Amino acid sequence: MNQSLSASGVSVSFEGLRALSNVTLDVPRGKVTGLIGPNGAGKTTLVNVLTGFQKPTAGEVTLDGEPIGGVPPHKVRKKGIARTFQSGRLFQDLSVLDNLEVTGVGLGLPRREAAARADTMLEWIGIGHLAERMAGGLPYTDERRVAIGRALMLDPHYLLLDEPAAGMSAEEAQDLASLIRRIIAEVKCGVLLIEHNIGLVLNICDFIHVLDSGEVIEVGPPSVIKASERVRHAYMGTQAETEGAVL
Amino acid sequence: MTAILQILFDALSLGSLYALGALGIALIFGVMRLVNFAHGDYIAFCVFAMLWPSIDAAAIVFAGNLPTYLLIPLILCVGAGLSVLSEILVFRRFRNANPATMMIASFALGFVIKYLLLMLYSSRPKSIDLWSNLSQQIEIFGARIPPLQVITICTTIVILLALTAFLKRTRYGLEMRAAAENFTMARMLGVRANLVIMLAFALSGMLAAAVGLILVTQTGTVDINMGANIMLVAFVATVIGGLGSLPGAVIAGFLIGGLSSLMQAYLPADARPFRDAFVYGAVIVMLIWRPNGLFSSKAAKQRV
Repeated sequence: MNQSLSASGVSVSFEGLRALSNVTLDVPRGKVTGLIGPNGAGKTTLVNVLTGFQKPTAGEVTLDGEPIGGVPPHKVRKKGIARTFQSGRLFQDLSVLDNLEVTGVGLGLPRREAAARADTMLEWIGIGHLAERMAGGLPYTDERRVAIGRALMLDPHYLLLDEPAAGMSAEEAQDLASLIRRIIAEVKCGVLLIEHNIGLVLNICDFIHVLDSGEVIEVGPPSVIKASERVRHAYMGTQAETEGAVL
Repeated sequence: MTAILQILFDALSLGSLYALGALGIALIFGVMRLVNFAHGDYIAFCVFAMLWPSIDAAAIVFAGNLPTYLLIPLILCVGAGLSVLSEILVFRRFRNANPATMMIASFALGFVIKYLLLMLYSSRPKSIDLWSNLSQQIEIFGARIPPLQVITICTTIVILLALTAFLKRTRYGLEMRAAAENFTMARMLGVRANLVIMLAFALSGMLAAAVGLILVTQTGTVDINMGANIMLVAFVATVIGGLGSLPGAVIAGFLIGGLSSLMQAYLPADARPFRDAFVYGAVIVMLIWRPNGLFSSKAAKQRV
């Protein structure tokens, strides 16, 4: 069986405006798949399609070979697809532990077990000391880590991370990279990493898709992306000649 | 000293009533962004449920004759039932409507309940003798206090503690707190939307029933408009407290109760009939000072 979350030939138009056209992407389990592209390229729209937020105008989304087109967002999580959001979107009035616990409860665990799992998860990520803190007052990077922890509750099969490194320092991005590696090694889920931090993406992704103006313009392992003229062009425009070294 | 004690008891018991009312409104607002203006009519309905339908001036007590230990749970169930029923029949259809539409729907529902009571019981206030011995004053440290006040205050404290425990300790409470802050997100994480909303309605209905029971014991009369005044104050309390904030609603309820009792006691005799004008004047000043209420909650802000 094909163990992956895939979009095939997905198009989305908003009132005639094409946000995505004929996008095909595969997120296999146990691998980190990167999704990069300039602002407005349609990255978040694609994540929304994969998680049932956005109905594609054309094309199909399959989970381990099974179409999940009509599944509403609140059922997608139960099917094992978890995501984080660009802005953490934690429950700010709840403690960090409760944020994770409510996910466990929502997914059908009894309260006590959900609490235990939440505790274990926080320890695993290395933020056990934050358990009793209100999620509302957390620093940026901790907020992100809590969001990832919440998404990892009950070991999803696929984890979609929407710009988890935005606003992080180089050092913090390194910590994030090692966390993602541990997720792959221990949770063994498929990770889709959407990022602007190209260095991070090239560093940890097995396979990368580059999106520009709603179309996939390049696909391949980091080495291919690094060498790609088209990618350089999409990012740098006409100044590619002089600033190509950025990649 | 005695006078202060007297005012304190007045303030606390009036505040309790307002706090319970405000809590009933805030609970629903939390999960649904609905200001349920039918809440006052739930209160009246629960009280009328004790009487046999008749348009006679004298009340024909029916369920009200049951022993206390049966009557109280019965009326609480009536409140919860009516509230849940209105969710299923009315508010569920408006789940994705904008808040103004839902509010109008709640007004309409309130009128339906009120005129149903009017048809069955007529508009004449009726007197009913329910635990009237609780209103005979007893002396506590020289202050003359009706036991009902003490019971009201104690009941409120018990309800608040029980509700806090429910919200903090049980899985349903956890789900409700999450849903109150960000319903869409909670739903995405698997929280069962209908269950959480029905629970909130049931709790709110029970609070309405509790308020009704206290009111009718205090006044000894039933009247189809008996919930209207408390609904108004409770709504104001939820706004002052910060819409959606449960502790805010409770504290603001006590504040308004306290302020009313203080003014009743200390305003010059000529000004006393206008007490409510002063109270609401203070409310306006407060809202100018803090437009989002004392405890603005995350829930009241724009949801994404």
